[in-house]
Amino acid sequence: MNETASKLLIIIGVLVTLLTLSALLIWLERRLLGFWQERYGPNRVGPFGLLQVVADMIKIFMKEDWVPPFADKVVFVIAPAVIIVTILMSFAVVPFTPSIVVADLNVGLLFFLAMSSLSAYSVVLAGWASNNKYSLLGGLRASAQMLSYEVFMGLSLMGVVMLAGSFSLQDIVKAQQGVWFCIPQILGFVIFLIAGLAETKRIPFDIPEAEAELVAGFHTEYSGMKFGMFFVGEYLGVILISAMITVLFFGGWQGPWLPPVVWFSIKTFLFICLFILLRAALPRLRFDQLMGFGWKVMLPLALVNLAVTGALVLVGHPLE
Amino acid sequence: MLKLLKGIWLVFLHAFTRPVTVQYPEEKPYLPPRWRGRIILSRDPDGEERCVGCYLCSVACPVGCIALQATEDEHGRRYPAWFRINFSRCIFCGYCEEACPTYAIQLTTDFEMSEHDRRNLVYEKEHLLISGTGKYPGYNFYRVSGVRIGGKDKGEAEHEASPTDLRSLMP
Amino acid sequence: MTGAFYLASLVAAVSTGLVITSLNAVHALLYLIVSFLAVAVVFFILGAPFIAMLEIIIYAGAIMVLFVFVVMMLNLGRRAIEQEAGWLTPKIWIGPSILSATLLGELLYLFGSGILSQAGGITVQAPKQVSVVLLGPYLVGVELASMLLLPGLVGAYHVGRQLKSEDA
Repeated sequence: MNETASKLLIIIGVLVTLLTLSALLIWLERRLLGFWQERYGPNRVGPFGLLQVVADMIKIFMKEDWVPPFADKVVFVIAPAVIIVTILMSFAVVPFTPSIVVADLNVGLLFFLAMSSLSAYSVVLAGWASNNKYSLLGGLRASAQMLSYEVFMGLSLMGVVMLAGSFSLQDIVKAQQGVWFCIPQILGFVIFLIAGLAETKRIPFDIPEAEAELVAGFHTEYSGMKFGMFFVGEYLGVILISAMITVLFFGGWQGPWLPPVVWFSIKTFLFICLFILLRAALPRLRFDQLMGFGWKVMLPLALVNLAVTGALVLVGHPLE
Repeated sequence: MLKLLKGIWLVFLHAFTRPVTVQYPEEKPYLPPRWRGRIILSRDPDGEERCVGCYLCSVACPVGCIALQATEDEHGRRYPAWFRINFSRCIFCGYCEEACPTYAIQLTTDFEMSEHDRRNLVYEKEHLLISGTGKYPGYNFYRVSGVRIGGKDKGEAEHEASPTDLRSLMP
Repeated sequence: MTGAFYLASLVAAVSTGLVITSLNAVHALLYLIVSFLAVAVVFFILGAPFIAMLEIIIYAGAIMVLFVFVVMMLNLGRRAIEQEAGWLTPKIWIGPSILSATLLGELLYLFGSGILSQAGGITVQAPKQVSVVLLGPYLVGVELASMLLLPGLVGAYHVGRQLKSEDA
């Protein structure tokens, strides 16, 4: 009973923290983008503009939640829920500290990949259900993009799995006791970073929503809290990918002196900032560039990384 | 690839430069005196209205936002009975100021005139008329022009010769 | 655990039924995805988390996205739904349903006879054991599958190549 209670506490704590953080990330992104563009960003509501998030929340809750009459109503409503659910589910396997983890599955990494592949549906279905040309184009682009980048996202992680000898994220973190995997798996890290950018549909890979050409792509027809779900989903995705990079390549909660949860937060925060920096610095790719880059550059690189890692592991530890 | 990284690094370096933003409500920008902002009606140094109700501003206005009705007082001096500017139509082009022969209508450096209700943007004469002379402190139209009004006959203005006496043979 | 198993199985069966009966192609695909997810849960409960995850990643995550992609591009409208409605007459579904009912009966008989329950309790199979089995006794099967995939790859490349000479 006591164990169940602590488990429940962890689940609720993780949920509340994540949702608060993803809302705060909206503020953080706008502030950081401002600093990198030599302006201030939101600094009016509350100290440092922190309450801007609250103001935005109030606004988005008050807005009319409109379902277009030409939309496929059920799918239209389900789509934004799918993205939130799948990303929050992925957080279940992320080890924040040695003790704070919702479910330490022995196939944790695969679970993460499975959930991220399911989150593609959210965008695809939103685009289709809106019954709008721009949305459909956004949905089509999203499905092609997510499908291609998922392939080598998975492959880039297999090197880590080989080195750690386990799919469990907790074991992967423990395997990085001596040296973080970003050193032997530098190629895998770069590939995963790029694939993660594509999975979260952020600049430079934001062609599914491409404001300049597709209005807002898959969420053109969404308003009110349904739009808010996509919005929060994007930031949850950023947190998730940053957390996964930390866990897989940068030793997770490991680090000297400070408690594990602080180390985990610092590392994740740095990667979130990197994501925002990339948004500030890079232009959007064209669709054929994106697909060509994925299949012709990243996939071969991931395969080479996999083969070399496999060979080295085999030389280092011959079959038992 | 290297170019991309260089670009990212350059953007990152911008984190250490000062923002160029002017924090507007606290930090007001400098506005030159000839700034075209809210329109006012000025008075001459004697405290009388400068406007003579000639309708030139109303005619010059490209959007037709100025309306007035001219009348005369007991001395024969013209003035507007009412004067109305609809600032929700005004484009602040300054043509009315250029057209005005008496420097009565002037544009000022005030631009903070937003309202919650659009009807509040229709300014009547009592809102427009100020007690000062505006941009032209010493100017008094009736003192420099040849117009005759009560208390001032022809030829009595500054730098004005007396009118030629047609019945006199003297040069 | 047993309750969860039966619930997941029920969801899988019902959603599969809805795949067949729903007239809108995208809705049918969505039910198919739900069915795959339910089957993945069944695998998970039966102690095969590796297979469960692969089921989601490959079937629900990759292949079905492709299906949805194609159906979205076809842009089937109201007319296609009416056409589908015309196809779903008793004359058409009665044959396959008799055949599947026979299979279902067989399955129920096997459950009832108790042959299957002799397999013993559920043991969780770690990914390592799965791979040891795959690359051990079943190596030939894996190689055969990879040989099958290679022509598929070559064929896809052949179909997708750009004909530069014909453009001129």
